[in-house]
Amino acid sequence: MRRKSGFSFGLFYFLVVAFILFLPILLLVVFSFNDSTKLVFPLKGFTTQHYADLVGNREMVEAVRTSVLLGLGSSFLATALGTMGAIALSRFKFPGKGFFTAVSALPLVIPYVILGVSLLIMFNQVGIKLSAWTAGLAHVVISIPYALLIISSRLAGFPDNLEEAAMDLGATYWGALLRVTIPISFPALVAAFLICFTISFDEFAISSFLVGTQPTLPVYLYSQLRFPTRLPLVVSLSSILMVATMIIMLLAEWLRRLGDTTR
Amino acid sequence: MEKQNRLAVLLGPPGLYLLILFLLPLGIMAVFSFRAGTIGDARFIYTLDNYREFLTKTSFHRLLLISARIALTIASLSVILAYPLAYYLTFRAGSRRVILLTMLIVPTWTSYLLRIFAWKLILGSTGLLNTFLLWIGAIEQANPILLYSRNAVVITLLYVWVPFVALPIFAALERIDPSLLEAAADLGSRPWETFLRITLPLSLPGVMAGFFFALIPTLGEYVTPLLVGGGQGAMYGNLIQDQFVRALNWPMGSVMSLAMLVLAIPLLFLFTKAGGSDLVEF
Amino acid sequence: MTELTVELRNVSKIYPARRSSGKDVVAVREVSLDIPSGEFFTLLGPSGCGKTTTLRLIAGFEQPTSGEVYLQGKAVSKIPTYKRPVNTVFQNYALFPHMTVAKNVGFGLTVKRVPKAERERRVMEALELVQLPDLANRKPSQLSGGQQQRVALARALVNRPTVLLLDEPLGALDLKLRKAMQLELKQLQERLGITFVYVTHDQEEALTMSDRIAVMNYGEALQVGDPMTLYEKPANSFVADFIGESNFVRGTVKQVDDDEAQIAIGRKVIAVRLEEERPSPNQNVLLTIRPEKLWLSEPDEQADGLPGVVEEVVYIGTSTRYIVALEAGDEIVVRLQNRPGTKMAGLGRGAPVKVSWRFEDARIIEADGRGEELVIG
Repeated sequence: MRRKSGFSFGLFYFLVVAFILFLPILLLVVFSFNDSTKLVFPLKGFTTQHYADLVGNREMVEAVRTSVLLGLGSSFLATALGTMGAIALSRFKFPGKGFFTAVSALPLVIPYVILGVSLLIMFNQVGIKLSAWTAGLAHVVISIPYALLIISSRLAGFPDNLEEAAMDLGATYWGALLRVTIPISFPALVAAFLICFTISFDEFAISSFLVGTQPTLPVYLYSQLRFPTRLPLVVSLSSILMVATMIIMLLAEWLRRLGDTTR
Repeated sequence: MEKQNRLAVLLGPPGLYLLILFLLPLGIMAVFSFRAGTIGDARFIYTLDNYREFLTKTSFHRLLLISARIALTIASLSVILAYPLAYYLTFRAGSRRVILLTMLIVPTWTSYLLRIFAWKLILGSTGLLNTFLLWIGAIEQANPILLYSRNAVVITLLYVWVPFVALPIFAALERIDPSLLEAAADLGSRPWETFLRITLPLSLPGVMAGFFFALIPTLGEYVTPLLVGGGQGAMYGNLIQDQFVRALNWPMGSVMSLAMLVLAIPLLFLFTKAGGSDLVEF
Repeated sequence: MTELTVELRNVSKIYPARRSSGKDVVAVREVSLDIPSGEFFTLLGPSGCGKTTTLRLIAGFEQPTSGEVYLQGKAVSKIPTYKRPVNTVFQNYALFPHMTVAKNVGFGLTVKRVPKAERERRVMEALELVQLPDLANRKPSQLSGGQQQRVALARALVNRPTVLLLDEPLGALDLKLRKAMQLELKQLQERLGITFVYVTHDQEEALTMSDRIAVMNYGEALQVGDPMTLYEKPANSFVADFIGESNFVRGTVKQVDDDEAQIAIGRKVIAVRLEEERPSPNQNVLLTIRPEKLWLSEPDEQADGLPGVVEEVVYIGTSTRYIVALEAGDEIVVRLQNRPGTKMAGLGRGAPVKVSWRFEDARIIEADGRGEELVIG
């Protein structure tokens, strides 16, 4: 407040932390262009060979495909369920509301190992064969709180009688949701979808228990980390993914903020 | 009546989904913890032996306590490291705010697995840190000073959590009405007094949200120890994972998971009380 | 002939207690209203008095716990909001932020599948009615508060409702604009001949615009009548106090005759005209007198009037308010026009005075004394 700009200890600290946050990521990118099969210093020279090698790797391409499909499916479901929950929470009073809110927020923090093994036991007991899709069901569970919170905070920014106004003008309740509630929360729906997608796309701790023989990309990457010769491939792929994720997340943020200014 | 039908249609699907795929599995796991074995006839025998074994094996609860201590350390340090970041962003950053906030968030958008893996490249014997220390002559011979230890796990998890903990604190600080700080100054409060009496108490919900957000998942962390912890750095989560993946002793694994859940439930309760919703409201 | 458009028969709305230990909340208690076609009817009361709930019962957003709402003679409790011939102008306007003004106004016609050509024509008509034809393609966020208010009005009127419900529609506007809109709304209502049911907490607004007013408090309709009746003949101390400014003076009945009663106030005994209320001797009563009906004079022991001392003199432009502490104990406000001749030269704080009024200007209300706690408590 006293000082709006200028160099200060606070800024110095901030920049040091930011540097440390970026350092590992930069390292991965640097090594992805390093002309060596080993991830060690000193650097050897520039190459794009690792990126070229990616294309021919069938297993990996398959894992990417699995993860993309899984991400799309699970984030669609999570966004749909989150939307319903958000409307219920922001527009209705009901007994047990506090309980529902708490239960739907718990997947944010519950240790993933517990979620993973408990689902593993259940699927095993019910006789559901493990596959990428069983992991996807778990991804929906951990994505719901994010979708719910993003959409709720968007809905909270609008007067809560817009649906009533639409019904007053002759729309049925579901018509009002379709014509008013969904359109006004649309930026949040897309933002929620994109964030849920990246959650699913990046998820390893739960997936590792549930994917069976159909590895998602993080599970595949983990399996490759054990083989030193595969590492250059891994870092180059991860560099691509980082850029892709950043684009998706920037888009999600932009939509979320865009929504903030148009209401 | 009509309103109740609408509510049922809206609340039913997400409620049922969480019931069946979140709460029910925990219940089934609780039942499973009493079974004598994973396969064969042992499946149908219910016993307290697993619990007896868990309680008598000191190595189990010792690791649980160590993990709890590590999680507490990480959550506390994360808050301490993150608070100045959030404070600077809110009150001092001025026109740099958006760009600095972006700098904080962007790294968290990259693959969790690979960010952790990247720390191997920093802490390893041929990693950045060793190479740097050799180059400036601080050490004579490369050795993995930090890798494969609990310290490596702590450093890496701090790296993971600091930005996530900073965000709810930032959200809480941002909600403080600046006129409150002016009022405090007007009433004769010095800057540090204003901080202790006004700013800090008002930011506590964000601090708590961030604290628990780091604490509870870390309690069950197993991926980071796998990658950078080695044998020395194993945590309780690895013990659970072993029961399911290697030892195939699922009932024992269930007991261990439940033990952790029992430890976590009061924390989960506090987390929901602290308003976990701060996490996405930045 | 005047047919009734809106009828409420013993309508109650009770919200069950949140917790088992809590009390049920009675938002509306046994309210009965008859609103003839073409009337400008106002529900007036302080916040939490049940006026908005009453409006929402008519609109169909809430269902009565007991009693029945009739629209054009038909019981409507089973009819959902979207099928009622009623439209609402909301307090916060509730304009759809993602639609243009034209889309907002056309919403009701769109959902009723009115053909496009007719819809566009009627939307333009409605916008012309509220004098906003040029803003059809703007978004609500680009409009001023007053413009949003007009759009909300057009959006409701375009559906040609039998009854227009208005929930404090001018509450968010500044004073000047509010005054202008009051006049405009009243003219619009007279021109269209639609029944308006108007909710407000502003008594002046209610008096300015309404044909009839229902004064509500604690969920009950305390008095229904035209503005003059409510002002001149308030049924109880709440109405007297809520509409305009009133003085309340406590007294004891000494004697009751045919059309007047002798009331003892302190050392004085004053004659008061009797209307509906028939107090009995020795009963404690409340006298109500409007500040502008009082005058001040030099104290003299013989004539009628109550002795007191000026406590405060407040100059407010066209008039001056004198707060007088009566010898009998109560405080009384006297408002005198600032005209040459009426000015009480040298009347300042501490001056002994006598407060007088015309025989017919004081009223006995709430002879049971129930009003005392409302006024004095």
